[in-house]
Amino acid sequence: MTFVAKPKVHHPALKLNEIGLNRRDYEGAVSTLCAGCGHDSVSAAIIQACAELSLPPHKFAKVSGIGCSSKTPSYFLSKSHGFNSVHGRMPSVATGANLANRDLFTIGVSGDGDSASIGLGQFSHIVRRRINMMYIVDNNGTYGLTKGQFSATNDLGSTSKKGVANLYSPIDLASLALQLGASFVARSFSGDKRQLVPLIKAALLHPGFAFIDVISPCVAFNNHSGSTKSYEHTRGHTGSVVDADLIMDHEEITADYAPGTIEDVKMPDGSTLRLNKLEENYDPRDRVAALSHVQQKAQEGEVVTGLLYVDPDATDTHSVLNTPKAPLNTLTESKLCPGDAALGKINAGLR
Amino acid sequence: MATNVNGMNPTDIKDPNYFHKVVDCQWACPAHTPVPDYIRLIAQERYTEAYMLNWDSNVFPGVLGRTCDRPCEPACRRVRTEEKPVAICRLKRVAADNKGDISDFMPVVPQEGNGMKVALLGGGPASLAVARDLLPFGYEVHLFDRDQKGGGMMRSQIPSFRLPAEVLDEEVDIILNMGVHAHFGHEITSMQAMLDMGFDAYFVGTGAPKGRGLELIGHEHVSDHVSIGIDWLSSVAFGHTTKIDGKVIVLGGGNTAMDCCRTSIRLGAESVKVVVRSDFGVMKASEWEKEDAMGEGIPIINNRPPKEFIHENGKLTGIRFECVEPVKGDDGRLKYVPTGEPDVVIECDHVLMAIGQDNHCPWIERDLGVTFDKWDCPELDPDTLQSSNPKIFFGGDSAFGPENIIWASAHAHKAAISMHLFLQGQDLKADRPPEGVNLISQKMGMHEWSFDNEHDAAVRHVVPQVPHVEALKDVKLEVELGFDAAAGAAEAQRCLNCDVQTVFTEKLCIECDACVDICPMDSISFTANAPEDVLRQSLTAPADNAEQDLYVSEVLPTQRVMVKDEDVCLHCGLCAERCPTNAWDMQKSVIHVPQLGTFAE
Ligand SMILES: Cc1cc2nc3c(=O)[nH]c(=O)nc-3n(C[C@H](O)[C@H](O)[C@H](O)COP(=O)(O)OP(=O)(O)OC[C@H]3O[C@@H](n4cnc5c(N)ncnc54)[C@H](O)[C@@H]3O)c2cc1C
Ligand SMILES: Cc1ncc(C[n+]2csc(CCOP(=O)(O)OP(=O)(O)O)c2C)c(N)n1
Ligand code: SF4
Ligand code: SF4
Ligand code: SF4
Ligand SMILES: [Mg+2]
Repeated sequence: MTFVAKPKVHHPALKLNEIGLNRRDYEGAVSTLCAGCGHDSVSAAIIQACAELSLPPHKFAKVSGIGCSSKTPSYFLSKSHGFNSVHGRMPSVATGANLANRDLFTIGVSGDGDSASIGLGQFSHIVRRRINMMYIVDNNGTYGLTKGQFSATNDLGSTSKKGVANLYSPIDLASLALQLGASFVARSFSGDKRQLVPLIKAALLHPGFAFIDVISPCVAFNNHSGSTKSYEHTRGHTGSVVDADLIMDHEEITADYAPGTIEDVKMPDGSTLRLNKLEENYDPRDRVAALSHVQQKAQEGEVVTGLLYVDPDATDTHSVLNTPKAPLNTLTESKLCPGDAALGKINAGLR
Repeated sequence: MATNVNGMNPTDIKDPNYFHKVVDCQWACPAHTPVPDYIRLIAQERYTEAYMLNWDSNVFPGVLGRTCDRPCEPACRRVRTEEKPVAICRLKRVAADNKGDISDFMPVVPQEGNGMKVALLGGGPASLAVARDLLPFGYEVHLFDRDQKGGGMMRSQIPSFRLPAEVLDEEVDIILNMGVHAHFGHEITSMQAMLDMGFDAYFVGTGAPKGRGLELIGHEHVSDHVSIGIDWLSSVAFGHTTKIDGKVIVLGGGNTAMDCCRTSIRLGAESVKVVVRSDFGVMKASEWEKEDAMGEGIPIINNRPPKEFIHENGKLTGIRFECVEPVKGDDGRLKYVPTGEPDVVIECDHVLMAIGQDNHCPWIERDLGVTFDKWDCPELDPDTLQSSNPKIFFGGDSAFGPENIIWASAHAHKAAISMHLFLQGQDLKADRPPEGVNLISQKMGMHEWSFDNEHDAAVRHVVPQVPHVEALKDVKLEVELGFDAAAGAAEAQRCLNCDVQTVFTEKLCIECDACVDICPMDSISFTANAPEDVLRQSLTAPADNAEQDLYVSEVLPTQRVMVKDEDVCLHCGLCAERCPTNAWDMQKSVIHVPQLGTFAE
């Protein structure tokens, strides 16, 4: 918790983006989380990504559940819409919000407790339903807000701060998302913005359900030596398979990678998703292989990060349900009331 | 410390200069006055302490709070973060105006002398400051000046509408009353004669008293109507001149020109114009001096070199000027080329020449072992201010040519240390007290600092002035009213407390990025080390101001280094508040600037 407000003044060289805003314009209230909490870095990464993409803050809907992680939407994009819902129920609210207004970028921020414990059912179904949103889990392996109980993502044998070992094996939300049909699945680390920011950009513009599992250490309750979600452990046990970089359609594509490791995937909106393969033979478009690789590495105690899976031809709920192309609040009376004749036809069809 | 072959070396924060440089104002001040320290005291309404902190360092806070050339202000960090500097100079005046009884804080001058006698030649700020530094050590101090009172050019040149006599008298008397043997009305005509008086050491503080003239065509016919600016100002100061008639032209673009023109309109001139050979932007006068003159309705005419005096029947009627314009040469310097326009004649009845001053001490015989350079400046050791005659020291304007009061104080401290070491038989260099730095954590609780770290976005407060109609009627009426206590307190809040340093301890850092994320100025980066020019471009924000240092840590566990660009840091302490491990701490740096008083204890 910080008592002094962050000064409005900024670096004189801070650039304006295409819509005339600078990165600071995408900030929110000053965080009330513990100093050093990984979640704050995730918020900073979201701020940076939105600013770099020149997205208008008022075109965002931020939704969350309960937990330290779920508090974070207050700390970014203060000029956007938001709803802080009940524990584990963010997916319902996100679904409603996105169905009502498909023009908004929907960002859901949740925790491992919020999504893998109380909210696991809701999580599974929002993945299945392919809501067009970015769903981030700030994964710290603990219930931070309620002071450090093991969460369902905590690894078997990992210890609490007092040295007591966890007795249950973990739920891997990334594997679950892959299995349940998410069209964009990534994993990253709050302490690695170089990897995280491009993933967030790609997820925001992905035309379907984009899930990012971000290992985000809890400095207060899960950053000790027996923890497998500490800064130190995470740094030592993560390896990226594919780094992503989103190149907007008007941006010049410059290549300074080793040849053969780069693959450019054209996205429907004209942008290019540049995949930098760090793991030879890994194909981020093969869902089954991705799942198998992630699981295989987990067996070895390694956490796979990067862009795990992407379906460039993704679709979302709106196309499944064939909903109107415009946000519901823009539909006029004439669109909503088809008139007596149309009603008569419908009724006739039901007779 | 480990040396990085491929990048910058870790910063040595024990080097006193490192954090001293971060305190931009103190670093820029010739006397290294601890600015943020006294500004905080003013904010706390502890004016007497604020005054004494200044007095200790710059000797004439009341005078300087009105007249200092303020090299600190353009250096102020606020210029880089938000344009206008803290009104450092005028805050000094707030301390002086509101101070209480200072007698308890005065250094003790021993009843019993140490048996050694020193002579101070000239009674300006340089000599007076040397006297103050030496008296507490028991020296018998004799001061000689041709004037009837002490103060030098502070009295003879700086007009009373900028510096009232009472303010000057008070600060001169503080020193004289410490026990100076003052010999006023004493014209020095021979250094040999002074040496014959048998003092143990001599300090020459006779200033740069010779005003330059300009031999224009026709000068011989009009010399009665042409005065040297500084001579004219001193004759006004000493009451010999009380009015000036007709139209006045002031030639020159420095501060002396500004004082001449502003004095002229107060003494009844029908009109006053300042005509300068060079461009407005390169005039020597300070920004605020130009503003004040123009604010009083005095036009400044630039790019007009004078050619000749025009006269009728032995009476000056005007000056003919050439019309030129500045052109940037290949070497980047301005050259002036004729515009082709016809010459202009500006009417006048009187001309004040304010085109510079020179060192001049014909009374120092050239066979006394003191060598002089071609500008008639003594050859001095810059570190000790000792001349080639070991007994004779110089300081103030007499040392390296005309400067200002704050430089006179700075020279005085340096010379006083040298004289003391010399008289105690010590080595002037090896035995000099070193600079030092102490760091004191300002953390008091979880979120509590002993300094006010909240950023104040307020713009610079304007110093109120007497209305022009009144000010222009009376040459003795001080124009500036100074900040009142409330405005002073508000302006004091603008100080960024640059002396409260961000100190990084690498072994505590867990590289969580919290400081990077919170820093409003993007000052902090964790990145691969690289040579300085590369590193400067690979940070969170480019570090383009090469005059400001990069603070580089040792290599961290991720093989990166922490790099902090000192340039626009607000010293807000948010990095330290957000750091979970106290790897960042806000620590007050106390810079020990060598001064005689400080190494005596
Ligand atoms: C018009 C004008 C305005 C200025 N305004 C400012 C200002 O606003 N702020 C600022 O900081 N500086 C200002 N200055 C500069 C400042 O006054 C000087 O830099 C400063 O006074 C130098 O101090 P000093 O002790 O070296 O010498 P001085 O102040 O020049 O004192 C030298 C003393 O030596 C005496 N002396 C010289 N020769 C002899 C001799 N042969 N026998 C006996 N006595 C002798 C003189 O009478 C004089 O009293 C101004 C200068 C001028 C000319
Ligand atoms: C219905 C309900 N059950 C339980 C709680 C208590 N509770 C608050 S936060 C939380 C766990 C949050 O953990 P996580 O989502 O991982 O967030 P973190 O604080 O670790 O970021 C729990 C169990 C609650 N607020 N509501
Ligand atoms: S308790 Fe843990 S998760 Fe919550 S704010 Fe503190 S460090 Fe972050
Ligand atoms: S902000 Fe204050 S301490 Fe910093 S340079 Fe300016 S006056 Fe000095
Ligand atoms: S004190 Fe720390 S947080 Fe504040 S501007 Fe400086 S480096 Fe940034
Ligand atoms: Mg959690």
